[in-house]
Amino acid sequence: MNFEVEGKRAFAYTAAHELDANKPSVVFVHGAGLDHSSFALQSRYFGYHGRNVLALDLPGHGRSDGPPVSTIPGLADWVSVVLKKLKIEKASIVGHSMGSLVALEFAARHPAQCERIALIAIGYPMKVTEVFLEAARNNDYAAFDMSTIWGHAAQAALAGNPNPGMWMYGDALARLERLAPGVLYNDLKACNDYGVGAESAAKVKCPVLFIAGRRDVMTPPRAMKLLQEKIAGAKTVEIAPSGHALMAEAPDATLDALIGFLG
Amino acid sequence: MAAPKYPGPKYPGLDTLALHAGQSPDPATGSRAVPIYQTTSYVFRDTEHAASLFNMERAGHVYSRISNPTVAVLEERIAALEGGVGAVATASGQAALHLAIATLMGSGSHIVASTALYGGSHNLLAYTLKRFGIETTFVSPRDPEGFRRAIKPSTRLLFGETLGNPGLDVLDIPSVSAIAHEAKVPLLVDATFTTPVLMKPFELGADLLYHSATKFLGGHGVAIAGVLVDSGRFDWEASGKFETLTAPYAGFHGMDFEEESGTRAFLLRARREGLRDFGACMAPMTAFQILQGVETLHLRMPRHVENTRKVVAFLSKNPAVEKVIYPELADHPDHELAKKLLPNGCGAVFSFEVKGGRPAGRRFIESLRVFSHLANVGDAKSLVIHPATTTHYRMSDEDLKKAGITAGTVRLSIGLEDPQDLVDDLDRALRAAAK
Repeated sequence: MNFEVEGKRAFAYTAAHELDANKPSVVFVHGAGLDHSSFALQSRYFGYHGRNVLALDLPGHGRSDGPPVSTIPGLADWVSVVLKKLKIEKASIVGHSMGSLVALEFAARHPAQCERIALIAIGYPMKVTEVFLEAARNNDYAAFDMSTIWGHAAQAALAGNPNPGMWMYGDALARLERLAPGVLYNDLKACNDYGVGAESAAKVKCPVLFIAGRRDVMTPPRAMKLLQEKIAGAKTVEIAPSGHALMAEAPDATLDALIGFLG
Repeated sequence: MAAPKYPGPKYPGLDTLALHAGQSPDPATGSRAVPIYQTTSYVFRDTEHAASLFNMERAGHVYSRISNPTVAVLEERIAALEGGVGAVATASGQAALHLAIATLMGSGSHIVASTALYGGSHNLLAYTLKRFGIETTFVSPRDPEGFRRAIKPSTRLLFGETLGNPGLDVLDIPSVSAIAHEAKVPLLVDATFTTPVLMKPFELGADLLYHSATKFLGGHGVAIAGVLVDSGRFDWEASGKFETLTAPYAGFHGMDFEEESGTRAFLLRARREGLRDFGACMAPMTAFQILQGVETLHLRMPRHVENTRKVVAFLSKNPAVEKVIYPELADHPDHELAKKLLPNGCGAVFSFEVKGGRPAGRRFIESLRVFSHLANVGDAKSLVIHPATTTHYRMSDEDLKKAGITAGTVRLSIGLEDPQDLVDDLDRALRAAAK
């Protein structure tokens, strides 16, 4: 669905359903340089299983107008504005990578709007290597290559895609090529600069699920330790064969973990 | 070698992808070779799982007309070799072309296509699709501006072969794709003659491509097959001309394919509608057979080209030969373009003209011993056909000329034999033809 936020066009995939005030809501927040379609299977499932689904295109991504928002707290506030705009009182937030930082920050800054958060492929601090940042800053294609290769488990370069007939690397690159110049850099910098994760984690009161890919080279499972220690009662699911792109590399296991958490 | 500007991770090379992409050892058995999943259907875990698979909430296989694990390995492997987002394997190259068109458009639509097409493709566009309300304007592949002039408001696709039939016209993909994109329509190319070893059409600007996998991808001449690949780079939503991909589809719960899956929209509709409803899918055994060929594609293509160059060199100097049509020759109209787009070779299928017209052509063919006289190309074995006495035998000399074929035109597909044996075979047959 298209809507406006502060005068700018924004988009959320709703699994072809109208929003229903009587249904619980799940908001999906994508990672750096991605868009709503990275949650295609998982968001569709919840849309057809009794939830309002909002798989967002963050500003400057997918079908939402730019410019992109340059900080994680700014993105968390943007999500809050979206929910108010769409008259959704409270929602569970599922975030991936950069989106998981947004979900964490949202839970800390807007607890009254937050039901639960599922943090997929999170790490804190989410430092980005200088060479990656530099390539992205210069809008060099090498940044897309790094995002694609580091964004999947090593075996994804050769092994079969669970989604029949699709080539994960090709899909990642095609999506990145659609970004306006500077958007990937904006996102990576937002992750790199985010420095209040530990404090925000300590403020989180809602139920939390961590989902990690054991072969994730961008945010390996150990990178979520600091946050796990700050959030009492948080649950963790590690998915053995997956890298950073859990929704694509292990779509069923990721969905099962979300079903177990969101019900 | 200079250090890369941004040292980072590397992609596997084409040779590695040809052998591995799309498959990890079978999780059930450890089988290193791609198993042949000779099954029509797949047991659901429970009713919820079944419903989720049908509604595209989970990845997996339901019925082998839509997808099959063996076929999926081939699809992913070809997509990896071409640099696409994915692929759909089909029953033949013709089925791949039809699937591309049927996914993009319906009655009232228009295509601009090259005149230099495989006969089957020409038939589909010129005669059969017309019956279904899809019109085609044919233009010279050597005149990119001709594509522009032929574009109408109803145009939905530009189409050509990377190397055209029979004159090996080199399609100027960068120029034609730029014209297509200005008109907000995609460029589809038939990449059968070049394969990803000789050309990467997506890197040159093409949006969609297909192969008759029957030819070089298989290389063994044992299976009819096709594969349709999407680059994922064409923005269907921004174009606004493709309702099949950007408007709710009643045939799948109101799904808007572009909204649903972005870069994967075209292939999603091709699979979920095209294979579901038209049904021209690939059998798992066929996928296995084509995969055997793909695993050596990177070794075979250079040898095909090397042998072809030797044969072309021989024929070019032979007094019984009127003319050799191969883009690496300086007198070919696309010689300069070929140097730019096909630096690793112009493939292994080409034509030449025997002096002496139809009778000489007939004598030539009948005198060959190593070359097989049949209607196919891209086999590991060398092949020959004389259009004037076979595929075009009902046509007058005048009509043949219009089709770019003379009474003495012979088409060769150069295989992987000892090149001297091929030259000797041609030499003997040319002497017989000259008698």
